[in-house]
Amino acid sequence: MYSDRSIEVTDLTVAYRDKPVLWDIDLNVPSGLLMAIVGPNGAGKTTLIKAMLGLVRAAAGQTLIYGKPYAEQRRLVGYVPQRGSVDWDFPSSVLDVVMMGRYGALGWIRRPGRRERELAFAALDKVKMRDFADRQISQLSGGQQQRVFLARALVQDAQIYFMDEPFQGVDATTERAIVTLLQELRAAGKTVIVVHHDLQTVPEYFDWVTLLNVRKIASGPVNDVFTEENLRLAYGGRVSFLSRANGSAPETLAS
Amino acid sequence: MLAPQLEIQLIASVIAAACALPGVFLVLRRMAMMSDAISHTVLLGIVIGFFLTRDLGSPLLFIGAALTGVLTVSLVELINRTRLVKEDAAIGLVFPVLFSIAVILISRYAGNVHLDVDAVLVGELAFAPFDRFVVFGYDIAPRALVIGVIILLLNLMFITLFYKELKLATFDVGLAASLGFAPAAIHYGLMFVVSVTAVGAFDAVGSILVVALMIAPPAAAYLLTNRLSHMIALSVGIGVISAVGGYWIAHWIDASIAGSMATMTGICFGVVFLFAPERGLVALARRHNRQRWDFAQQMLATHLLHHEGTPVADAESRIEHLTRHMRWAPAFAAQVVRRAISRGLIYQQGDMLALTEYGRRFASEAILR
Repeated sequence: MYSDRSIEVTDLTVAYRDKPVLWDIDLNVPSGLLMAIVGPNGAGKTTLIKAMLGLVRAAAGQTLIYGKPYAEQRRLVGYVPQRGSVDWDFPSSVLDVVMMGRYGALGWIRRPGRRERELAFAALDKVKMRDFADRQISQLSGGQQQRVFLARALVQDAQIYFMDEPFQGVDATTERAIVTLLQELRAAGKTVIVVHHDLQTVPEYFDWVTLLNVRKIASGPVNDVFTEENLRLAYGGRVSFLSRANGSAPETLAS
Repeated sequence: MLAPQLEIQLIASVIAAACALPGVFLVLRRMAMMSDAISHTVLLGIVIGFFLTRDLGSPLLFIGAALTGVLTVSLVELINRTRLVKEDAAIGLVFPVLFSIAVILISRYAGNVHLDVDAVLVGELAFAPFDRFVVFGYDIAPRALVIGVIILLLNLMFITLFYKELKLATFDVGLAASLGFAPAAIHYGLMFVVSVTAVGAFDAVGSILVVALMIAPPAAAYLLTNRLSHMIALSVGIGVISAVGGYWIAHWIDASIAGSMATMTGICFGVVFLFAPERGLVALARRHNRQRWDFAQQMLATHLLHHEGTPVADAESRIEHLTRHMRWAPAFAAQVVRRAISRGLIYQQGDMLALTEYGRRFASEAILR
């Protein structure tokens, strides 16, 4: 079903002094699917993404993107950081921020021009934010900020997308828009890795899932590995999420 | 040769513009205090450079002093990284030490050269026109002006070339790093530019004015615009206005030129802080006031809507009810009613209030919001 491997992580360990944040992670992600990374707070989900992108230093291990180190494959990778990681009072318009996604392709010194504007407008269309192009970014709601970030990733025209909690604190409309977008990306053969919090929606939104709690608990097709037992292993047995059928349980109670 | 008066204003304006350019990024990166540290510690570099070269005009001395600025930044970061000291405290620890070493060196070994501690703080702008830059016997301009123009051009080049990179690394370090833009290099590049600017401006205007010119104009411009490019242009404008305005204040009240200019940057910021069209204090107060009355009218309209057509409508729609049950002060209640009537939300029959059609819609929207 899945052809080549998009991401191959071997023996990845990230530590803060002698405290491991990620412990010997091995991960193989086939290309062309949507993968969720789930796990309790402090499980190292964000760190895993950052380590794969070389944003935090690994104590051991490596990440290969289509068989080569990340530094050689930057152009194939799009990154959507957590919305809260930037200062939204920065003096900039929506269009400006979206065009930042093209900076990597432009390289040093070259300035964005007409082509970049067109690409940015097209991406804003996809996330239904075209009317906001001239808006100052501080005037956006949380959901709109997230869509701007997604549009910025779209203009990168990458093969693999890393998204850090894109569903965090967004309204229902935005959540649906993001899901549609993810499906479109998959249909176009892209691989999307999403740090995700809401266990309920994992089977509905994703094909593949990695359960993480400092160590990798399991990784594979949702149907095979998204099991009660694995969830219990990841969340330390304090999971109120039991049956997918009843759908009444909220997220998790894990602390 | 221009009149000294004009030359002083020209020097100050050029330096103000040169300071505002990197200042914008310091303010946006929340590193304003770093300009304070750098503008003081470069003195150590100047002193040591002077002992080595014996020439205050040597380019080597210039580079050395600028590197002291960069050293300051890395020392602060080194101390901060231990997590034993917070960043603001680290700045407060590093710069007095380096600065005071420079002061000791000057007072002990350089007593009879052109380096004195007073000049460090406020510069010698008044005498700047007398120190000429002469090439092959031709008097070109005051030395401070030549240095100022060179630094302004360097800063302009830096900001123009790396505009995109500075913008990205300032707004989103994570994305900058993931795209391969080496945010650390951009950071240190900016710190080097700040240091060079501080060294160059130092001799003419002193460290206090360097800080004032780097921080106050960008902080004011930040309140006036939503675009980075406009913010840069406005910062330069406000810096130049402060420089020229400060000169004339000094002229009229016969006071320190650099001191008056620094004061003027504060006054400019204060005016913007109060009267900026959207984000100034006055505009904010106006908006809050409007929101307060708006909301009171929404409460009134919603209240009337809730009870419209109910058996208690009569009792609930009386004006006195507003003061008794809604606990509004009589004057406030009267004011709200007056405003709501003049806006066409409600009308009054005797001492009863009723919604107009517009008022009904207004209330329904208020509930949905």
